[in-house]
Amino acid sequence: MWSFFHRLASPKHFYQFAGRLIPWLGWSTLVLFIIGIYLGLFVAPTDYQQGESYRIIYIHVPAAWMSMFVYMVMAISGGIGLIWKMKMADVVASSAAPLGAAFTILALVTGSLWGKPMWGTWWIWDARLTSELILLFLYLGFIALQSAIEDRRTAANACAVLALVGVVNIPIIHYSVEWWNTLHQGATVTRFDKPAMATSMLIPLLTMFLAFKLYFGLTLLMRARVEILERERDTTWMKEMITESGK
Amino acid sequence: MSEFFHMGGYALYVWLSYGLALVILVVNIIIPMQRRKKHIAMIKRRLRRTPAEK
Repeated sequence: MWSFFHRLASPKHFYQFAGRLIPWLGWSTLVLFIIGIYLGLFVAPTDYQQGESYRIIYIHVPAAWMSMFVYMVMAISGGIGLIWKMKMADVVASSAAPLGAAFTILALVTGSLWGKPMWGTWWIWDARLTSELILLFLYLGFIALQSAIEDRRTAANACAVLALVGVVNIPIIHYSVEWWNTLHQGATVTRFDKPAMATSMLIPLLTMFLAFKLYFGLTLLMRARVEILERERDTTWMKEMITESGK
Repeated sequence: MSEFFHMGGYALYVWLSYGLALVILVVNIIIPMQRRKKHIAMIKRRLRRTPAEK
């Protein structure tokens, strides 16, 4: 088990392992999205308060959950890279950043599209929305900082520190709906008692969540492989692999 | 069917959300695929230029 993880720390093995995993992940992600969207749009009943508009939940909530989850992945792998100087940790952190930014943008825009018909406004500076916007700026800051520093080692360290400091924002986002009075509704799923949501609406949501999770795994591996190609292009194993495969 | 696309009057908001999700999810699949092709082509070009070096 441990030797498996040790080998994953080597770019060569990671590259090959990811290459084998990607087709499986790709097809299961696609199947889960099809099931989730089918359940969410056709099977789940109409909401008695919000009508059909609530169906935005099946995009908005998984995207918002992922925006925080990806941030934790980015910060933790950044931290691992900072402490143990692991090459692959930096690769994972920098591959996660643009994906996290994409999930955050999706959560913000779908939230806006949901807010307009339900709250009567596209945007309001309340705690939940503002802290999620700060999350987007943290991702963009990470990406900008990385491209601004020439030396790869220095860039990775600076970005890891930024990511770790920004972790403080994650509990703020999560608890914002409890700590402050906000227009945004409270948690419906992640509560200690049972979720305040009908099962017929919850199952599509959890399916979409799983689809988003696998999608992140898939795109993270794809991006990490490109990153390895770029960083390791002068190594012997890379040259041999590309010569042998002929493609 | 048209009732389905109508989304109880919320068609604009619901379909814009799903449409944006589709665009963002597909774009993030295409970007690494294209970058991968570009990098492999570049490594191959460099290998052709210096074939003896190993």
